[in-house]
Amino acid sequence: MALGVANVFAKPTPPNQDKRWRLVDATMRRLGQHPRGLIETLHTVQEAFGYLDKDALLYVATSLRVPLSRAYGVATFYHFFTLKPAGEHTCVVCMGTACYIKGAPQLLESVQQNLGIAPGETTPDGKVSLLTARCLGSCGLAPAVVYDRDVAGKVSTQNMRERLAQWRTP
Amino acid sequence: MTPEELEQISESEQEAQSRTPHRVNVCVAAGCLSCQSQSVKDALDKEITRRGWEGKCQTKGVGCMGLCAEGPLVSTDANTMYKHVGAADAPEILDSIDGPPLERLICPTDIPFFTRQNKIVLENSGIIDAERIEDYIGSRGYGSLIKVLTEMTPAEVIQEVTKSGLRGRGGAGYPTGLKWSTVAKASGKVKYVVCNADEGDPGAFMDRSVLESDPHRVLEGMLIGGYAVGASEGFIYVRAEYPLAIKRLKTAIRQAERLGLLGANICGTRFNFRIDLRLGAGAFVCGEETALIASVEGKRGTPRPRPPYPAQEGLFGEPTLINNVETFANIPPIIRNGGEWLARIGTEKSKGTKVFALAGRVQNTGLVEVSMGVTLREIVFEIGGGIPDGKRFKAVQTGGPSGGCLPADVLDMPVDYESLTKAGSIMGSGGMIVMDEGSCMVDVAKYFMDFCMTESCGKCVPCRVGTYQMNRLLGKITSLSADATDIAMLNELCDLLKNTSLCGLGQSAPNPVLSTMRSFADEYKAHVEEGRCPAGVCKASQRAVNP
Repeated sequence: MALGVANVFAKPTPPNQDKRWRLVDATMRRLGQHPRGLIETLHTVQEAFGYLDKDALLYVATSLRVPLSRAYGVATFYHFFTLKPAGEHTCVVCMGTACYIKGAPQLLESVQQNLGIAPGETTPDGKVSLLTARCLGSCGLAPAVVYDRDVAGKVSTQNMRERLAQWRTP
Repeated sequence: MTPEELEQISESEQEAQSRTPHRVNVCVAAGCLSCQSQSVKDALDKEITRRGWEGKCQTKGVGCMGLCAEGPLVSTDANTMYKHVGAADAPEILDSIDGPPLERLICPTDIPFFTRQNKIVLENSGIIDAERIEDYIGSRGYGSLIKVLTEMTPAEVIQEVTKSGLRGRGGAGYPTGLKWSTVAKASGKVKYVVCNADEGDPGAFMDRSVLESDPHRVLEGMLIGGYAVGASEGFIYVRAEYPLAIKRLKTAIRQAERLGLLGANICGTRFNFRIDLRLGAGAFVCGEETALIASVEGKRGTPRPRPPYPAQEGLFGEPTLINNVETFANIPPIIRNGGEWLARIGTEKSKGTKVFALAGRVQNTGLVEVSMGVTLREIVFEIGGGIPDGKRFKAVQTGGPSGGCLPADVLDMPVDYESLTKAGSIMGSGGMIVMDEGSCMVDVAKYFMDFCMTESCGKCVPCRVGTYQMNRLLGKITSLSADATDIAMLNELCDLLKNTSLCGLGQSAPNPVLSTMRSFADEYKAHVEEGRCPAGVCKASQRAVNP
């Protein structure tokens, strides 16, 4: 791929024909095609595609006229952005203080053993990604786990294993 | 929108509500929603339709009722609250409207958890529908804005806020009136108002609840702030981890724009103000104001040295007023009732109330708002209902990773900014985690150090390297392989970080270590000298110490 040496005055074209790029373009237009819209634009890309790949970063960077290094810097600085595609399902274990006190470390250890992966990784079959969160703000329900977008409270090792087993059965 | 039109909306809303004699409020804030409260509401709606009770009874999705651990919570008009409600309970709950209360699910509302609270910020939480602006207006909402625009000069507004003695609720406790007048005096082409809703402290969920339960209150506070300092644009920087709060804020902004409460020539005056959302992306350091500004500008969230303070040179280099969600939420009642009214609540130096997120090993977990000056004992043992399972209280952690662990012997201390600082912790944003004898305080200190290490932005060396080294030393202690030189080194590093870090994150990172070393020195001693963990949490590890 050509890195910024091409005509910098030409309007960059999206990496492919995917219609989701229109959402990304709309966000950039709403924010005046200005470098200050970088984070908002990356949010839109991640929401539309699930992660930020190199092509996406390059497209956003050239469209907003910021160096690719800055787009990459922002994408890696913030925990919310991911550069890798996630698995079919995601399981987020909250490691906030209240959850920590109420046994989140044991939950995490059990799920790591169960899936054979560390936080931030995806099972080889691409079924489940395991993540940790700093705090979900569901401290009243500690320990809390998010299965896909569903927050579950007062989770036990047992019911967590059952839930994960459901995902992994074909 | 004129004052008369607002009055009319308020009246017609009150009239519409009084047409249906009965109301069933279902909590649809994040806590209860994750216990399926939406299905409870749907079941109630279905049952009402089935009975043909539309004219008699209505359900309402309301914000947080406080007792999050007992959700889903439902309240009926007769001041009765039900806990752990399931969809199947809908018919019985409707029966209870005409008959005796449903004993099986009743949640007593005369317990200290409810009676000891003093709700100012949360006055509408659990009562109004957060997704309807009319409901907020019907509860005197936006009345303060109208009052400010039609009857007060910006200087008078600032004077009122100064008189109230309100201090920043984000943690540091800077006098709000003083901040406002600094921004008002600063010279700049444009000025900005920023609402800090990047609630990053683990164990804190006050701001989320306010945004989910009463978003218009925050918008109104920002509008009044904008008028007072002469700004015409505002940003709310909210965590991306709070999707429901984001959704409700977006709805609220759209509704306020539609009614002309946001936009150009608000209420026919020359005051223009718009509010935009900016989503955080999971960086704790962005709660620090200069890092937050960098993030709103689309950059990496790294802090910069102050001065210049954001009040002089903030967002896009212009004077910027930055306040926390809870601070803005305090503004409408201050304008409505006058500054002296708030100044009468609380202690000499800390006025008003504070919302705390009570969690951890305590009977009643949830959201509480108390007057400043109540004691920690009252919060933990009366409001919180004490420690469950007959365990013994060990410590209460306030202020998140920047705060400290307070032991039993300071429980009778009043809760205000100065006392908490004196005791080695901080007020912080309001997270309060109770720990019992099952928690090892060294392990807790390591937990927070690990947090600070991961969240350090890496800009200044003391924080970047210091948190790593401290975490490594604490790891040695918790794996029972440390000696006296490690403790000495730990002490030295605490001192170094405190005095040489660039921003609050690094400067306060040693607080959890310092406070536990002071109050729980015997636990450190047991780990280092006797090679045992009194709480039984830490185990000796054969592996090389892995930070």
